[in-house]
Amino acid sequence: MASPTSPKAPAAVLTEGIRQRILDLLPRYPRKQAAVLPALHLVLEHLRCVPYAAMAEIAELLEITPAEVHDAMSFYGFFPQAPMGECRVWICRSLSCALRGGDELLEHACQKLRIEPGQTTPDGKITLEFAECLGICDFAPAALVDDGRIFGPLDEAGVDAMLDTVKQGRKPTQAQVS
Amino acid sequence: MANFEPVLSRNFSVPEGHTLKVYESRGGYQAARKALASDPDAVITTVKDSELRGRGGAGFPTGLKWTFLPKDRKETLMCINADESEPATFNNRLLMEKDPHQLIEGILISCFATRAATAYLYIRFEYIDAAAILERAIAEARAAGHLGKNIYGSGFDLEIYVHRGAGAYICGEETGLIESLEGKRGWPRIKPPFPAIEGAFRKPTVVNNVETLCCVPHIIERGAGWFKSIGTPKSYGPKLYCVSGAVNKQVCVELPLGVTTRALIEEHAGGVWKGRKAKAAVPGGISMGLLSADELDVPLDFESLRLPGCLGLGTAAVTVIDDQTSIVDYLYNCCRFFAHESCGQCTPCREGTSWFYKTIKRMKAGGGRLQDLDVMLHMANNLGIIPGTTICGLADGAAWPVKNAITKYRAEFEDYIKTHQNSAALPTALQERIAEGVRGDVDTIVLPVLPAAGVRHSPGKAADAL
Repeated sequence: MASPTSPKAPAAVLTEGIRQRILDLLPRYPRKQAAVLPALHLVLEHLRCVPYAAMAEIAELLEITPAEVHDAMSFYGFFPQAPMGECRVWICRSLSCALRGGDELLEHACQKLRIEPGQTTPDGKITLEFAECLGICDFAPAALVDDGRIFGPLDEAGVDAMLDTVKQGRKPTQAQVS
Repeated sequence: MANFEPVLSRNFSVPEGHTLKVYESRGGYQAARKALASDPDAVITTVKDSELRGRGGAGFPTGLKWTFLPKDRKETLMCINADESEPATFNNRLLMEKDPHQLIEGILISCFATRAATAYLYIRFEYIDAAAILERAIAEARAAGHLGKNIYGSGFDLEIYVHRGAGAYICGEETGLIESLEGKRGWPRIKPPFPAIEGAFRKPTVVNNVETLCCVPHIIERGAGWFKSIGTPKSYGPKLYCVSGAVNKQVCVELPLGVTTRALIEEHAGGVWKGRKAKAAVPGGISMGLLSADELDVPLDFESLRLPGCLGLGTAAVTVIDDQTSIVDYLYNCCRFFAHESCGQCTPCREGTSWFYKTIKRMKAGGGRLQDLDVMLHMANNLGIIPGTTICGLADGAAWPVKNAITKYRAEFEDYIKTHQNSAALPTALQERIAEGVRGDVDTIVLPVLPAAGVRHSPGKAADAL
């Protein structure tokens, strides 16, 4: 055990591959800071969360302070510090969906999975969240999975079927956005 | 109107319409070739003559926006606003998923006109498929010489980068978008300076909506006169109308500007669902207010919607509310949305939207008081850029549903309050006193009785108890 007075440098959270993908983004922008959001998305995609240590490493790559990364990161409420489930499912609660029962379907899904919005199932398969308009109102009441799958128009049976499908895992990604 | 030919959505039902091959076979990129062979100022003049107005919500004339760029600028940036987050709006998603090359051609022509060599396409994260389709289409266009260096031998260079948002409504406001693009929190900027003078990375920047840019190739191809032959006076051109909510068929349909809500519901959305009647309709995204049942014949264009007291055309996304839905539920949903999406920069908006939400939540739970309606109206009248209390228009959008719903449906609100009284939901004596303006005196404040020690638990334990 290392003594408290001589701490070892902590292992890097970001792999060499992710670091390189972040660095590859930099020529797109006049300032390195602009790559914060794409970098956060890359980290989220690989780690399913954005731990504080990753924020510090992003900051180092972009030559800004960790606080600046955290400032942008925390604004969106989109990047959790603890890992999300394999699939992140949003159920819309905005007007067009709500008029067709969006709120009740979210509640139904919560009861079915025995979690609250924002929580992950104990088996780590699904993170369930509410969403403000997802822009898929032609499917209202609708839900979206973070691999691009859209479910709707939903009813209670539709929610059950959706959750069973999503539990099978992510859709084979035909086009991962770099 | 009978012989109206859809142009923006003409490739929507064509198989493989999103590929470059099909797009080119249907006359794609001819307008770009024509534009790039001419002079940038000639393109601006044509767009200005067409009186194309921004499709993103504010309806600002596009050509005029382009002329605000300083004449002596060294570099121009283009931001494409694809952060379509206004509730009930999904026309931009269809434009990007079904016909990405139309958008790329529009960007190419607009960037040539404004001499922008870099374009950032800021797309909301939730449009996962659209982002992937656009990335592919940009790569295709680049390989075919429609993007990159020295396009069509004109000496004009252009790169388009897809930049994905992270679920914030406010990033659809143009300066919020710019801040977010720069890697900061998406707080709108105080204007002036407007983005055309000092925008992204402090460089002159043009910010245009997806649908606006999709109109540009057609204007170049067919001329400003053609564009002005469609629509109503002062509102020209085709528009993608979205209809959702309590209708049989939720659709996005391309029509000349100036169609009525009733025509949209009856002719395109298959009527109100379950054989019910329309009680009200949102004309263009919830920020724009509310049309009552007898205002459904107002043309949905940039000018006419002011008459029934709406904020404007917005995104032309109609949400239909049926006669079985309580107007309290409608307003509850709107207030919850804006309380969640206020960015927190300006105090009147941050606090005001939360107050709206808390008040309507209490009202819905049975704790409403008749005077709440006047308090909400008073607040709504003092919130936003129109009374001059906030930096951006989000607060106006939050105030308008409140104003329209309470003035147009006051009797229903009063009736609801009177018939839904639940003593547990009513304001406490202390809250009443604060509302009356009585200053709290430390000695007289009665603290709420805490539960007995045995019942209390830490926040971490609360989840287990559920």
